[in-house]
Amino acid sequence: MASEPTPYTLLSPYRVLDLTDEKGLLCGKILGDMGADVIKIERPGGDAARRIGPFYHDDPDPEKSLYWFAFNTNKRGITLNLETADGLDIFKRLTRSADFVVESFPPGTMDGLGIGYPDLEKINPGVILVSVTPFGQSGPYVERHYQTTDMILWALGGVMSISGDPDRAPNQISFPHAYLHGGAEAAQGAMMALYARSITGQGQHVDVSIQQCLSMCTMNTMQFWDMYRINLPRGVYKRGIVRSDGSSLYSPWLWPCQDGWVFLMIGGGALRPLVLSSTALALWMAEQGAAGDLEGYDWAAIDSATITQQEIDRLRKVIEPFLMTHTMADLYEESIKRKILLAPVNDPKGIAESPQLEGRGFYVEIEHPELGAVLKYCGPWAQLSRTPLAGWKRAPLIGEHNREIYEQELGLSREQTIALKQAQII
Amino acid sequence: MRSYGALYSEDQAAMEKQWIFEGLKIVDFCTAAVGPLPLKYLADHGATVVKVESSHRPDVVRTGGPFKDAVNELDRSAWYPNYNTSKFGLALNMNRPGALEIAFKLIEWCDIMGESFTPGMMKRWGMDYDSVRKFKPDIIYFSTCQQGQYGPHSQFRGYGPHASAVAGVYHMTGWPDREPATIYGAYNDFIAPRFATAVLIAALDYRRRTGRGQYLDLSQYECGVTFMAPVIMDYFVNGRVQSRRGNQASDAAPHGVYPCEGLDRWVAVAVTDDDQWKAFCRVVGQPDWTNDPRYRTLLGRKEHEDELNRAVESWTRLHPADEIMSEMQEAGVPAGVVHRYEGLFNDPQMKHRGHFVKLKHAVIGEHHYDGIPYKLSKSPQGPRWAGPAMGQHLEKVCLELLGMTEDDLAEYVAAEVFE
Repeated sequence: MASEPTPYTLLSPYRVLDLTDEKGLLCGKILGDMGADVIKIERPGGDAARRIGPFYHDDPDPEKSLYWFAFNTNKRGITLNLETADGLDIFKRLTRSADFVVESFPPGTMDGLGIGYPDLEKINPGVILVSVTPFGQSGPYVERHYQTTDMILWALGGVMSISGDPDRAPNQISFPHAYLHGGAEAAQGAMMALYARSITGQGQHVDVSIQQCLSMCTMNTMQFWDMYRINLPRGVYKRGIVRSDGSSLYSPWLWPCQDGWVFLMIGGGALRPLVLSSTALALWMAEQGAAGDLEGYDWAAIDSATITQQEIDRLRKVIEPFLMTHTMADLYEESIKRKILLAPVNDPKGIAESPQLEGRGFYVEIEHPELGAVLKYCGPWAQLSRTPLAGWKRAPLIGEHNREIYEQELGLSREQTIALKQAQII
Repeated sequence: MRSYGALYSEDQAAMEKQWIFEGLKIVDFCTAAVGPLPLKYLADHGATVVKVESSHRPDVVRTGGPFKDAVNELDRSAWYPNYNTSKFGLALNMNRPGALEIAFKLIEWCDIMGESFTPGMMKRWGMDYDSVRKFKPDIIYFSTCQQGQYGPHSQFRGYGPHASAVAGVYHMTGWPDREPATIYGAYNDFIAPRFATAVLIAALDYRRRTGRGQYLDLSQYECGVTFMAPVIMDYFVNGRVQSRRGNQASDAAPHGVYPCEGLDRWVAVAVTDDDQWKAFCRVVGQPDWTNDPRYRTLLGRKEHEDELNRAVESWTRLHPADEIMSEMQEAGVPAGVVHRYEGLFNDPQMKHRGHFVKLKHAVIGEHHYDGIPYKLSKSPQGPRWAGPAMGQHLEKVCLELLGMTEDDLAEYVAAEVFE
């Protein structure tokens, strides 16, 4: 639980000013996890994203949002009202020593405040402005001021149409992901611009479109449209095999087991990994006396173009009862050993108690003195041999580092910070 | 709306469009999505990337469709080249004597190497990090696999859908009265590349500053779980096991996906405050709903949500999805068509961004490719060319990049190393 940043972090020379809301919080977190000095700038009283649940002990307090905690690790925090002359002046002073400014306001907002890229560039030619917005900085949806939520972008980005069951409305993920794709991609764009700066000495503007990010989550659906003018449907893994003539067979890959669900691919033919996996499963079933007439079944002989629904039903009738006598954990452990293409459909408890995540030290404990508690966090999302993602710090409290940054680093006097506080500027 | 092109044109001219990673050398032994995609992004921004595979052991995406003219051949997948744009292709049969020599030449040549085999595979060839760092101490060595290089489940071999299952995506998708739903494709595979690209460039910048390379072990599972972090903390802190709840939001109503005119057409609508609610009621022709005791308040709408959703549906069914989106948006209500790919492809905003670019593949000709999801105001961006056909750049790689002689190359070719 070291709170001292190690001197050997990937991004220790760099400073980030993070103005984002939930569309971009993850960007600053990723940069902070990699060791950058990230300063989260909130409006006086705290950012609206602090209202996003779930909450510590279900207490909807802006200092207890687990959403806020999770996506603001390794940041310091100050409050600043950018809609005041003093606030803007302070922001510009901070920009002089910043390498990145990350923001997710509606396009035009930064320019309207006089801190758009051309303004920032004059203050600090090396500064990199990263903007994370639903559609990017210009275009018809921007001109028409289209309003979005995470779910709306999931729909407009093409992922929703392949999410969910075929006989009901398409779905978002119930913990929405669209903004997170934008935030993570923004970290990538920020690093691109950083490397460019090491060559040219100049910063630039990185303009992320969340809609475009989502387009990259749709597998090969683009090519099916581009080449065959086919819109791939949702529910493919539940409907089963779709043949080239458009007919389909009911052969879902989601199976019930004793205590939940597993994702198991069954099949064979020309698909060698499936042949090996199905053969290994049948062998395990045989060892347990549960293979019935699947013992020695020739999976390589299956042809998805000619196999009948009756034959698939027959296979399912043998496999399903076998799975029902085992738990997700048992099935998974054995599948790893036997190279069977089966994985548990984990719920949050399964993920929290994952032996793999435990074994890799993925969860880290971070102290919250203000709560009198130590909380478990998702920690290093990458393992690096020389510069590990280490020294995890909890998210900042509202204005926690105001004095540290305004007085010790910017050199404002105590009288000045008190005046700014009274005037609701910080 | 301001135009960036006009504002930045002077800068752009001054910088003469220098590619960010010009001169950076990468060898890519990866397969599928999570390994190839970050290296594609570096290639799209100017890195010289050599993709190494074998027709005996091709990148698995080459075996996935759709295929040109429905002919299932390694060079006819329209999907594979999209994940490998701007790379050079080398076919190398690692079972042939001599192949390892070429692999080691490439490793000596490169700044970054990437691999996504099951943990342990590279060691068998003597190409693991500990072996490579002995002769190449400053290499950045990128390994990615589903569960990470070590740990009790590190040997699990599964595809992206398995990772989606393990990382909680399926459990969290679908309806409370049903088994989990799925997302088509290797959804979880599209999370990790964003982290991987960021950390790879950070490691590159670290090397630029310090001269030091390092080893990077990226678990696709861990990147996926990072996207679920608040849900996992909810379990740790509150003991709550969150689950799927259709398209509901706890703090908004109506909030859902509604059927529209036509077959399987849908629109997503989210009413998140009172002003949007009033506007919504005007658009659906029910101004009285704002005074209806059932619907007047958020708590009322949440209490009568099923009834309200049915009433909303009876209106949406009569109208095309794109009309509903336009009318709602004009009134200030967040709404979006559930784009099937056709819709995304023709979406005016995606077109404005120039997302889809046409590139010509050596075997299957011209098709569309995904562009970069972010625009850089000064640096040039790709994708520069379509992903390679198997072994397409043999001479470019061996003669030009590795500096082999024509005679040496002929010997290796005769030994059937490049297949």
